[in-house]
Amino acid sequence: MVRFLQRTYVYLIFAFLYAPIAVLISLSFNAARSRGSWGGFTLQWYVELFQDRVIMNSLYTTLFIGITSALVATIIGTAAAIGIHNSRGWQKKLVMNLTYIPVLNPEIVTGISLMILFVFAKLQFGYLTLLLAHITFNIPYVILSVLPKLRQLDKNLYEAALDLGAEPWYAFLKVILPEIMPGVITGLLLAFTLSIDDFVVSFFTTGSGVATLSITVYSMARRGINPKLNALSTIMFVAVLLLLIIVNVRQAQDEKKARRQNDKENTLSLVGRASAADIDPEWMQQQ
Amino acid sequence: MTDQQLVHLVGVSKIYDGTPALKEIDLYIRRNEFLTLLGPSGCGKTTTLRLIGGFEQPTTGKILFDGRDISSIPPYKRRVNTVFQRYALFSHMNVFENIAFGLRIKKMDEKTIRAKVGKMLDLVNLTGFETRSVDSLSGGQQQRVAIARALVNEPEVLLLDEPLAALDLKLRREMQHELKNMQKQLGITFVFVTHDQEEALSMSDTIAVMKDGEIQQIGTPEDIYNEPRNAFVAGFIGESNIVDGVMHEDKVVEFAGQVFDCVDGGFGKMEPVDVVIRPEDVKLVQPEEAKLQGVVKSVTFIGVHYEMIVQAAGIDWLVHSTLMEPVGAKVGMLVAPMDIHIMKKVSFG
Amino acid sequence: MNRTRPMLPYMVWMTIFIVVPLFLIVYYAFTSTEFNGVALTLDNFRRVFQPVYMKVLWRSVKLAVVSTAVCLFVGYPAALIMAGNAFSRKNTVIMLFVIPMWMNFLLRTYAWLTLLERSGFVNQFLARIGLPSLNILYTDSAVVLGMVYNFLPFMILPIYSVLSKIDRGVLEAAADLGANKVVTFLRVILPLSLPGVISGITMVFMPALTTFVISRLLGGGQYTLIGNLIEQQFLVVGDWGFGSAISMVMIILILISMAVMSFFEDGEEGRALW
Repeated sequence: MVRFLQRTYVYLIFAFLYAPIAVLISLSFNAARSRGSWGGFTLQWYVELFQDRVIMNSLYTTLFIGITSALVATIIGTAAAIGIHNSRGWQKKLVMNLTYIPVLNPEIVTGISLMILFVFAKLQFGYLTLLLAHITFNIPYVILSVLPKLRQLDKNLYEAALDLGAEPWYAFLKVILPEIMPGVITGLLLAFTLSIDDFVVSFFTTGSGVATLSITVYSMARRGINPKLNALSTIMFVAVLLLLIIVNVRQAQDEKKARRQNDKENTLSLVGRASAADIDPEWMQQQ
Repeated sequence: MTDQQLVHLVGVSKIYDGTPALKEIDLYIRRNEFLTLLGPSGCGKTTTLRLIGGFEQPTTGKILFDGRDISSIPPYKRRVNTVFQRYALFSHMNVFENIAFGLRIKKMDEKTIRAKVGKMLDLVNLTGFETRSVDSLSGGQQQRVAIARALVNEPEVLLLDEPLAALDLKLRREMQHELKNMQKQLGITFVFVTHDQEEALSMSDTIAVMKDGEIQQIGTPEDIYNEPRNAFVAGFIGESNIVDGVMHEDKVVEFAGQVFDCVDGGFGKMEPVDVVIRPEDVKLVQPEEAKLQGVVKSVTFIGVHYEMIVQAAGIDWLVHSTLMEPVGAKVGMLVAPMDIHIMKKVSFG
Repeated sequence: MNRTRPMLPYMVWMTIFIVVPLFLIVYYAFTSTEFNGVALTLDNFRRVFQPVYMKVLWRSVKLAVVSTAVCLFVGYPAALIMAGNAFSRKNTVIMLFVIPMWMNFLLRTYAWLTLLERSGFVNQFLARIGLPSLNILYTDSAVVLGMVYNFLPFMILPIYSVLSKIDRGVLEAAADLGANKVVTFLRVILPLSLPGVISGITMVFMPALTTFVISRLLGGGQYTLIGNLIEQQFLVVGDWGFGSAISMVMIILILISMAVMSFFEDGEEGRALW
């Protein structure tokens, strides 16, 4: 009986969490324009969605910014993680604190501070500023994905490669990089997902004529309800769901492997962007 | 060149963030020698190994290899290979590729590589494991892969950093034996780091006992065991009774309130010394037959012999004997003059 | 220190794009542009403390506190249930909490717009079961609802993760020592779960305090919350000095609340010792 009540309670929360999404998805197939009644099944809104130049353009912008910023952030972030891993003492503490600033800073502050900077530097707002902003908030998440992998490495691995005759670059490319690849890929996917999901920072750092999907959604939603938005929501929900499943399957494989190696190192849980702030409760307490 | 000195450390110091890890070490390693660096953790033995391997640069002094200074040559240009403590195998490569790693860097052709790796796998008894993932191997097997991966490059010196520490006792014994055989068979110089004195005694041609960044004694295992230079070496190599004594004159020493004959000399008159007596060198006799009399405080049977604690002259003596005396028994203790080892007092930091 | 060199580009990047911009905010907050140059001033902060803006601040804090409290009271039992043995497939249940978080939060908020409007789904549903209609859209209630909806998983997951790590042996020991379920909960589980509660509160309170989207979409009107105020100053009014000052006040509010919570945590931990 207790168990039944407990389950019901959790199911009610699930209902609360999923009902709006379910309603949105079903409305995206609703022929009737008014949300009150069911007018039969239709794909009309999807057709209109794909014919909407503004939406399609913002989709391309989102993908372009997402892919480019994720790639750049992954390169800078992976290199940074290696440097951080090799550093000690105050140097390490300083860089780690720097890494946590954008993770913990309210997004709106990150957004306006970058906006001020770009105005200050007289940059034209548009693709470039958007890209710079996205790279900036993505790098820390790449670092936080790669660092645990580095910590799992045998500390002599790099030296072993050198010992066998590998020059530093060869040792990095053939030994270190392949060993930390799972973390790098996770970081890349995480960065891409965060980038396509971002609204607040993009909102402050984009220029006229350049809009990401989130920005388009915001301006459309501000004008009221739009059946095309329902269709868009459905597609984005499914897309994110797929990405999430891929990332989680990867992570589960990783964990299995880590467990096999009897390694209790914490891997970054992909619970969400906020989870990164949760990684290190001790750090939070220091603040 | 009579000595065939292959590696020579000349006045080598290493300082990490202000703390010295090595203090002006002088050490040479002969060709084809099995040299063991033995000492407790933090004694500088691993630092010494890493300096020879090229992973660290000496703060002062130089490292000569075949007479040439290699102090600043990076590890990938040294004819030295290392077996790391936790093996440091490349887990994204299979057994074959791990062993072939060094050969591929030298751009050898596939046929040569295959032949050489095959020979190595044979040497370490892992033929047939070529395509296995290294993660799927047991600790002992991973160890063999690490050894093969290093040896396939035909180094002039093989450095081994506590390679057996992670193995269980039985496997460790086996590997000790195998390593020693390999070294003899291949005629390669081995520099072996361990904190296990039994391991050191059973495998080495030469042992360097280290403490606090200094070499306490270098010698054959027999020398080190039988003639430890100071109380630290004596205490670290095997179990010992170490007591305070005073040298009356050459070959006469006083300890535990009695004066004994011994075989050492060259000390100052009435100089305080450390007296070291191995537990197996103490003979238990009737109380009236010996100068030193005591009471048995505890007896433990440990297989080959009894381990007893005998209290005499206010000191607890560790005694190994095949004959048991019951707890509380009054006994006399005899030690032959040649088994009384006299050592200069050294102050330990 | 050549092995730390790979982090140089990152250091340079973060200095330019994180550290410098934060200093720019401080710079703008403390200066004003006069016709003859830039002058140091506290005027921006004085303006923040005018009644009309204090009202916005107060309202932001109030709504954030209410939302956080609702999340805590709804979320804690859920986390407790999940950490118990009511579900056999725990990972699936957790995944179900995670998935909505990954949906774009604009769309999640937009969904409530559809649900709450006058002829929307909720009212249709209420009408069908004979209840009066609910017109909360564009009120504080809708904003709180939107916040709770968006941030609830951020409360549940950290609490769950701490609860699930509590050693079963501790609970058995408590029972063994004669504690009944209530006492075990109050004296053992609750204190042990505090770190999770603290991090949950932080993770809900901070975005709730700083959001401008939820209030804009579900709250209607103009200067509803601090977030909107800041947005307006930067994007509409163009008064960066004032906008920066409000941002700094907001950051200080967050730092204070974090400090207060870590104080509570320490205090509680101390108490849990006896």
